[in-house]
Amino acid sequence: MSWRVATVVALRDQTATARTIVLDVVGWPGHDAGQHVDVRLTAPDGYSAVRSYSIASAADGQRIELAVEQLPDGEVSPYLAHDLVAGDLLEIRGPVGGWFVWRPEQTEPVQLVAGGSGVVPLLAMARSHAAVGSRAPIRLLYSVRDAGSVLYGSELDTLSRRDGGLEVTYAYTRVAPAGSLRPPGRVDVSLLAEATWPPVDEPTCYVCGPTAFVEVVADLLTAAGHDPGRVRTERFGPSGGIR
Amino acid sequence: MGIISRGFSGRRRAHDPDLPPGQYLTEDFPVLSAGPTPRIPPDEWEFAITTETGQVHRWDWPTFLALPSENVTVDLHCVTRWSKLGTSWEGVSLDTLVEDVETAADFALVHSYGGYTTNLPVEDLLDGKAWVAYRYDGDDLAPAHGGPARLLVPHLYLWKSAKWVRGITLSDVDEPGFWESAGYHNYGDPWREQRYWGE
Amino acid sequence: MSVDPLSFLDGNAAAGELRELFAVDLTAAVGQCAGCGHVAVIAEARLYVHAPGLVARCAGCDGVLFRLVKAPGRTWLDLRGLAYLQIATPDEADRPPTA
Repeated sequence: MSWRVATVVALRDQTATARTIVLDVVGWPGHDAGQHVDVRLTAPDGYSAVRSYSIASAADGQRIELAVEQLPDGEVSPYLAHDLVAGDLLEIRGPVGGWFVWRPEQTEPVQLVAGGSGVVPLLAMARSHAAVGSRAPIRLLYSVRDAGSVLYGSELDTLSRRDGGLEVTYAYTRVAPAGSLRPPGRVDVSLLAEATWPPVDEPTCYVCGPTAFVEVVADLLTAAGHDPGRVRTERFGPSGGIR
Repeated sequence: MGIISRGFSGRRRAHDPDLPPGQYLTEDFPVLSAGPTPRIPPDEWEFAITTETGQVHRWDWPTFLALPSENVTVDLHCVTRWSKLGTSWEGVSLDTLVEDVETAADFALVHSYGGYTTNLPVEDLLDGKAWVAYRYDGDDLAPAHGGPARLLVPHLYLWKSAKWVRGITLSDVDEPGFWESAGYHNYGDPWREQRYWGE
Repeated sequence: MSVDPLSFLDGNAAAGELRELFAVDLTAAVGQCAGCGHVAVIAEARLYVHAPGLVARCAGCDGVLFRLVKAPGRTWLDLRGLAYLQIATPDEADRPPTA
């Protein structure tokens, strides 16, 4: 599998520090929800840096969408989140990753649990689920610091309005919006019991976010009775991507 | 080489003619590790030199700290291309540690807590070229950088300066260590840019 | 075994590098640790990426499963920590339409 050239066709701010990048990739073979791409940047002196980003969009011809969070000390993220403009070219390799995927032929309940930017591949799953009109019950528990950190809030809202669509529960860890029923706090056993499909429903669970978040949530899910074989995980580095 | 990304330069990288080939200068101290950071309480720490005849010389933490130490300022060159100049360490010279060690062995295999290994010729550990260092930049060596103690062999690429060092086995046979058995150069001289096998 | 929270990712992060070497996605392959016998998908291995190479470790015992080192024009893949890999190879008629 080799590097392809992708053209930036659109950029959309998501939060104060994150934005969506829409790419057009000639010859894109399509992808499964949950897969990612590697992005390679090369400086004039030949120095190159590679980072991985989950695809946020469902399969859509030659179009793919990524989301990049700018890290204060990042090497690649400031360039992608800030300097990149429409018309620029990026080298990408992919789609890759065949384990952390949701495919339309899956009919069992789906439980998505996102920590911060871990929502990106899970959004692709929710979008894919809606695009094929899947009747599989689907829920998302989305843990964020505060309301201003929510990525793709309006897309999640739209998906939840669909009949039989995504049920979204937000868990705020630092500051909860006025009117919240729960005080701010991390995902714990009682929140899982309230907001996620119970083990008896045998959902396939997808947990994505920083390593520490994933370790805690995956342990909570298996301790609650979910079969470890039905809990799939993807850990993000501090870059907010898979590196 | 890939297509040039308009306006991308990466982290500021100063190329300095005094650096080994292919290296760039960094001001921070990147933490690289092949596994989880071992946490070794001082009362469990031990360093041992085992000779080719099976003789074992051991030091526990208090005994080790009681040895004469040196303060050295050295340059570090990592095979991942960063170099950090003028770093200050305090440690016990390998010359001190092998004073009472009887050996005719040519090769050393360095072992770390956590399982990491690296190999080098015995002569590259001697004559003021190597230390077991336990203080960096005026402080106790942090676990992320190899504390309680790490090997420091600055004339070779930094992967030879094994973090969390626990012992050295002397042998007549050269046994490749963790990275040397997976593509990295058996010797690793930054000035001859010996990064990989066959270079 | 204590967790250094920021120090590891998982096998998913090696998907791109492995896909350059193999015709199939290896992250969905099941592997057995040659050290402790733990069986798991490669995607769930603990992956250390801040190193002179990629190091995948067993989530059961932290033993090294594989090491991947890239040099100009060559890549080394040391697989001695894996007793076996079980890879899904669907019959042509059943092959799903994914990359």
